[in-house]
Amino acid sequence: MNEEIILSGRMNPKIDPTLGIWGWEIPLYLFLGGLAAGILFFAALYTILGREKELPTAVRKATFIVPAILVIGLFALFLDLKNKLYFWQLYTTIRLESPMSWGAWVLMLVTPLSIVWSVAYWRDLVPNWKFKVEWLEFVEKQVNKYRKPLAWMMIVSSVILGIYTGILLSAFNARPLWNTSILGPLFLVSGLSTGAAVIMWMSKNHLERTWFSKIDLILIGIEIFFIIHLFMGFLASNAAQIEAAQLFLGGVYTLPFWGGVVVLGLLVPAILEILELRGKKVPVALPAFLILLGGMIFRFIMVDAGQLSKYLY
Amino acid sequence: MRYAMVIDTKKCVGCSDCVVACQNENRVPIGYCRDWVIENAKGTFPNVSIELRSERCNHCENSPCVRCCPTGASHYEEGGVVKVTRHECIGCGACVQSCPYDARYSHPDGFVDKCTFCHHRLQEGKLPSCVSVCPTECMYFGDLDDKESKVYQLLQNRDWKVLAPEVGTKPHVYYLI
Repeated sequence: MNEEIILSGRMNPKIDPTLGIWGWEIPLYLFLGGLAAGILFFAALYTILGREKELPTAVRKATFIVPAILVIGLFALFLDLKNKLYFWQLYTTIRLESPMSWGAWVLMLVTPLSIVWSVAYWRDLVPNWKFKVEWLEFVEKQVNKYRKPLAWMMIVSSVILGIYTGILLSAFNARPLWNTSILGPLFLVSGLSTGAAVIMWMSKNHLERTWFSKIDLILIGIEIFFIIHLFMGFLASNAAQIEAAQLFLGGVYTLPFWGGVVVLGLLVPAILEILELRGKKVPVALPAFLILLGGMIFRFIMVDAGQLSKYLY
Repeated sequence: MRYAMVIDTKKCVGCSDCVVACQNENRVPIGYCRDWVIENAKGTFPNVSIELRSERCNHCENSPCVRCCPTGASHYEEGGVVKVTRHECIGCGACVQSCPYDARYSHPDGFVDKCTFCHHRLQEGKLPSCVSVCPTECMYFGDLDDKESKVYQLLQNRDWKVLAPEVGTKPHVYYLI
C-alpha cells in the first residue's frame, strides 16, 4: 500500500484536488487556431501552385471566415488571462524558449495577413464595391500584385500556427500526457483536416469538393497513424506516461476519445467520404460537421486529460 | 551562490507551523498556501512506515516555469531563487501547467504566486519564515557552494532524495531520509 495525503495546507483553487487552471478557453482556441491554420494553408498552397481557377473556395471564399475565427480564438485566449489588462506584455519580449511567446507572435503575424488576404478578395462578395478610402484601394492593389510572396509568408506562418497548438502542450514536461513530440504533428494534421472539411462544406463546385474529400481522407489516415503512434509511444515509456495513457485505455476518457474522436470524428466521416467518392449520395455537411466536431472534442479531451496526468513521487 | 533547503523527514512531526508562518509572513490570501505538508504512508501492517514532508516550490536549477513564461515574469534571482515579477505576469497559466510539483497558484489579484524562499528576508540576512519557526528544527537553509554550511554538510553525511528527479528539473529542496 502506498497512500499519500495532503496533511495540511494545500487546497489551492484550480490546483487541488485536480489541476484545472485551463478551462474551455484554451481548447477552444487550439481548435480555432488549427482550423484557421488549415484554411490558410490550403489557400496559400494552391495560390503558390497556381490552381486558383480550379479551387476558388480554397483560395478565396473560405478565407473570408478566417479573420472571424482568429478573432474569436484570440478573444478566448484573452479571457483565459488572469491579468487581462497586461496582455500587451506578451509583445514587449520575444522568448524563444516559450511556446506561448511563439504563439503570441505568430498570431500577431497571421491575423493581419489573413485580414488583408481576404479583404483583397472583397469584390468577390460585393462585385461593384468601392473602398472609398484611398489607402485601402492601394493596399488592395499591392496585395493582388504581391499575392505569391504573401502566399509564401502565409504557408510558413500557418504551418507554425498549426504545429504550435500542439507544441504549446507538448513543451510541458510536467504533464506526461502532453509531453510527447508527436503532439505537434498530430495537432497540425488535425487542423489541416478541419480546414479541408470547411472548404469542402463551403464549396459549390463538384470537382473541388471531391478533391478536398480525397485530401481529407489522406489526412484522416495520417491522423489515425499518429494516434496509434502516440499510444505506442506512451505504452513503451515510463510509469508516468503509461499511467497517463490509461486515462484513455479504460479510464474516464476512454469513451469520449475512442467513441467521440476516433469513431465519430475520424472513421465515420472517412467512410462517408469513401461512399461519396464511389458515387453514393451523401450530404456534404455531414462528414464535414463530424470532422469539425471530432477536432473540437479532441482538443477539449487532450487539455482536460493532460491536466489530470502527472508525475508520481 | 546556490541557495538550498534541506528538510529532515525523520524529525518532522507534521505540525504545519511552516504553513501558517508562511501564510502570515507573505500575506497569502485565505484559502491559498505556498507550502503544505504531505503524509506518505507505505507498506502493510506490521511493516509500515510514514514519511512527513513539508513541500513548496523547489527553486529548480532547470526550471520549466521560467522556460515557459512568455513575458519573462518568472525569472531566476541571485542564488537560484525562482521568483515572479507581479507586474509582468499576465496570468496565462503556462507556468502552472509546467510545474511538476504544482507549487504555483493563481493569486486572486491576477498574477501567479508561489514560494520565494522568503527572498525579502534573505536580503535582510534572515532565514525563510518556515525555517525560522520550525519547532523541531527539521528544516535547514543555506548555500550549497559554501562547504562549511550546514546544508552542505548534511547532504554529505546523510541519505537524501529530491522529488521527481526524473523530470530533470534539478530541485533545490532536499529531503533527508
